[in-house]
Amino acid sequence: MNLPAGYRREIPDGHPPHNAPAYVSTHKRAPRHAPIPLEHTLSEITGPRFERDQLAPGDDDLTHFDGGQALGERIIVTGRVLDQDGRAIPHTMIEIWQANAAGRYAHGEDQHDAPLDPHFAGIGRVITDDHGAYRFMTVKPGAYPWRNHRNAWRPNHIHFSLFGPSFATRLITQMYFPGDPLLALDPIFNSVPDRSARERLIATFDIEVTIPDYALGYRFDFVLRGRAATPPLS
Amino acid sequence: MRLPQTPSQTVGPFFKPALIRSGQESLVTASTRGERVAIEGCVLDGDAAAVSDAMIELWQANADGCYDHPEEFQEKIYDPDFRGFGRSATDERGRFRFHTIKPGPVAGPGTVLQAPHINVSIFARGLLKRLVTRIYFPDEPLNASDAVLNAIAPVRRSNLVAQVVRPGVLRFDIVLQGEHETVFFDV
Repeated sequence: MNLPAGYRREIPDGHPPHNAPAYVSTHKRAPRHAPIPLEHTLSEITGPRFERDQLAPGDDDLTHFDGGQALGERIIVTGRVLDQDGRAIPHTMIEIWQANAAGRYAHGEDQHDAPLDPHFAGIGRVITDDHGAYRFMTVKPGAYPWRNHRNAWRPNHIHFSLFGPSFATRLITQMYFPGDPLLALDPIFNSVPDRSARERLIATFDIEVTIPDYALGYRFDFVLRGRAATPPLS
Repeated sequence: MRLPQTPSQTVGPFFKPALIRSGQESLVTASTRGERVAIEGCVLDGDAAAVSDAMIELWQANADGCYDHPEEFQEKIYDPDFRGFGRSATDERGRFRFHTIKPGPVAGPGTVLQAPHINVSIFARGLLKRLVTRIYFPDEPLNASDAVLNAIAPVRRSNLVAQVVRPGVLRFDIVLQGEHETVFFDV
């Protein structure tokens, strides 16, 4: 047997650099040495799988928690997880977290003076189906201030963590909303050098996803690294 | 069709309720085969200050050097009691601690075996994308012929090898920046 094909390298400017001067938290945390390229071996081509995990009922619905309904504008977020060749990535786990509609995380260290919502934990999990599709319901997260610079505010965003099929495809990212005036001012969003790459982090409003009289709909696809070459037939 | 990748963004400071579940720092059960080892360490920033909001993930082969994955092709012994994934947040002093087993050697490029190692991902506020490193084991004869270790300048190579604290306990600190910066890899 031969080693399966590795994964494609990152695109220059398609991801943020480690050192982004406008994002102050990078100053003492970004490594100074360039990372050493690693030829892909079984260690990078394999990775953890979670399709055997049982999700709890309601893991895909953040709008109900502790016996009540969360406050805020209900939204559906749906899309697919694909590789760079457009192939669906089925049965992969997506972990989700976000602030509530007032811009406050249900987290002890979030000191923002905005109300907590006893019926919103801001945590979800989904696993993509046979076609790489996922869907969950939540409320639109609020913007919130942070201390990066004077009058700094994070745009509305949802955090996502994905594994894909391998150690090499691991991705943590954030999804933003169309038309948000804070995007132009956000050092984290703007840390991605390439403008078209950045804009891929913005969801698309879709009236077809919208549930009449209930929730607005947004589409957001994830594209994980593709294979460097066609993998051998199994 | 060739689609561009979705860019990475920082995990931020508020991931713990969503991503951290108790028990994920232990990769073993009573039935797992292999030599038990605890791996503990600290994540430190460029001022040697503790990073109290980092997340560390481990991915490793089992005691025979077999990954629990459909693309594993080596003729090795699968262990149904070992999945190979672990996750932990750092505490207020930047500390983490995992309970696992020493992995066996796995195939490397060509015909050379890789020395036993654990693949490590690091996420934190201030890290716009994942950092990747590897934990190697002390007193391991295969370290001398490992292609990855040998590609690193000797002065930096040693920080990829965990140190023995006491029998069964290894220490592996992760220094994000500065004189003792950990070797990070571009996968």
